[in-house]
Amino acid sequence: MSDLSDFSMDKGGDSELQDFLIAEKQKAQFNAQIHEFNDFCWDKCVDKPGAKLDSRTETCISNCVERFIDVSLLITNRFAQMLEKGGGMQ
Amino acid sequence: MDSLSTGSLSGAQKEELIDQVKQQIAIANAQELLAKMSEKCFKKCINKPGTALDNSEQKCIAMCMDRYMDAWNLVSRTYRSRIQRERNM
Repeated sequence: MSDLSDFSMDKGGDSELQDFLIAEKQKAQFNAQIHEFNDFCWDKCVDKPGAKLDSRTETCISNCVERFIDVSLLITNRFAQMLEKGGGMQ
Repeated sequence: MDSLSTGSLSGAQKEELIDQVKQQIAIANAQELLAKMSEKCFKKCINKPGTALDNSEQKCIAMCMDRYMDAWNLVSRTYRSRIQRERNM
């Protein structure tokens, strides 16, 4: 995916361009996340591609996204706790 | 891309730059999608690679592409509404 950090602004920065690039970067990150979700949720949920996604598959896919986010949050929070306790990586 | 020496871009040049960036991002996104679909659909549809793609394999690929994009849209909607929910908490 194109690396938007190639665009550097000097101090006389054009704020319209900066805002635009920040917004595009966010959109690009959102899309990258979708690609990642779709990658493993497809593997987990889709057996044989049919004429449409049946409701079981659709439920599986939306659960997959939600549970992955839950896992990410859980791991982040628990890791933060571990760091506070002085644990984590030695 | 060189760093932008800003302040010296005319309105039209800025427009053009903005359009180019949008286009490059859209192309990159499409390329990613195509690469994923090729991988996933090959895995699902081509079980024993023969000397050519037969009819059922071609139909499977076409359906697979459509389903992959359906899944993409569903993931996008699910993610978007989850983000909204997290924001509203």
